[in-house]
Amino acid sequence: MSKKPSLFFVSKSRKPRPLLSQAERKLLVDPLDDDNPITVQVLGICSALAITVQLRPAVVMAISVVCVMAASNVIISIFRNLIPSRIRIIVQLVVVATMVILVDQILRAFAYDVSKELSIFIGLIITNCIVMGRLEAFALGNGVWRSFLDGVGNALGYGLILIMVAFCRELLGSGNLMGVQVIPDFVYNLGYENNGFMLFSPMALITVGIIIWIQRARNRKLVEEA
Amino acid sequence: MGKVNTETNGYTFFFASAMVVVVAATLAFTASSLKEKQDVNIRQEKMQNILSTIGVETTRAEAEILYDQYIVEQISLDGNGDIDQNVDAFTLDLAIETKKPVSEQYFPLFKGVVDEEKYYIIPLRGSGLWDAIWGYIALKEDRKTLKGAVFDHAAETAGLGAEITQPWFMEQFDDEVLFDDNDEFVGIKLTKTNNNPGNTDKFDFEVDAISGATITGDGISDMIIERMQHYLSYFAKLDE
Repeated sequence: MSKKPSLFFVSKSRKPRPLLSQAERKLLVDPLDDDNPITVQVLGICSALAITVQLRPAVVMAISVVCVMAASNVIISIFRNLIPSRIRIIVQLVVVATMVILVDQILRAFAYDVSKELSIFIGLIITNCIVMGRLEAFALGNGVWRSFLDGVGNALGYGLILIMVAFCRELLGSGNLMGVQVIPDFVYNLGYENNGFMLFSPMALITVGIIIWIQRARNRKLVEEA
Repeated sequence: MGKVNTETNGYTFFFASAMVVVVAATLAFTASSLKEKQDVNIRQEKMQNILSTIGVETTRAEAEILYDQYIVEQISLDGNGDIDQNVDAFTLDLAIETKKPVSEQYFPLFKGVVDEEKYYIIPLRGSGLWDAIWGYIALKEDRKTLKGAVFDHAAETAGLGAEITQPWFMEQFDDEVLFDDNDEFVGIKLTKTNNNPGNTDKFDFEVDAISGATITGDGISDMIIERMQHYLSYFAKLDE
């Protein structure tokens, strides 16, 4: 044996490397702002409208999407050189759907109450354009670790917007956060009313619009040249 | 390992078949190994819901013990209001029953006793906006006044139709009367023109609907009337 022994594929001869290189950090952080899937790529709007009436489902949805996206990105990346390109979309769909059903089944057995609250939303992950988008655009052409980071990053970027929208809608629409009343009774006694309009889907779109506006005012990189 | 040509028809078929087999095996294995645990959860939740209509609040874990303590009788009625001893009321699945013609259906009824008060608990099942809604109502000993109600749904919209599972909504049904002043069966109406917002009038059969959830609300009204009417002949026999 001429080679130096290596432990878990990490060769000791190499110089120690930071956990995340510059480029890898970018994969994780970029989708939070500069390349946000919802506000910049305008993907996944459907679920941003559907499940942001309350904060709690939005938070659990965000966590579930992180799991599903990281796992599907990794699986597709592992098999990227074996997947026939003509049926790659079907393969992606099958992988995502399998992950989603697994998450759903496991929740049903071990976290029944959470699964009851979320059953329909979990199923909706399959239709989330961001998941398929990242598989198609990234995981098919990149290594496992980078795909994992890309999946986590994009899911977090999606979740961040989801939580922001849900925060505004639940607070202004029902006066609650996570189902707990936060606007004190005396404010209502002074004549304040919950804005029931916030509970309807169009207001989610308007809220997303306002977030995009604020983001672009703050981050000039995103503004297109006239 | 040489590079595989992934673009031939043969390989595409091979890949697709292999993928389907692997995925099917994984899902089948997961589903069957978790089924027992899931069924226990569903059974306990059903007991928890039934108990909750008669004012016994419990956790899912304790539901089984309290259920045996408070639910004294479970019967299945046929279309004529006669008891059929051969049908187990607890395992009767309304999702299947409601698809049969009425004459072939069985109607489960649970009888509970809390603090020497007798209650009749009727399981409900109907349609909401997107999918099925279901629940239980408990009638007091007069078989006209509600003790309590529990609702649940498969896929109603969060914040709108899904609000039917909220305590503030279900509490509105407490002490409502299912019959009008002429003793005609009317069920419970979910209305936007409720003249009695405080629900203090005990002879009121209206409760406040949820704004943005009209179809889900109508589904609840319809479900109570449709299910309850099948029990009237049995209740009439008890009155004799």
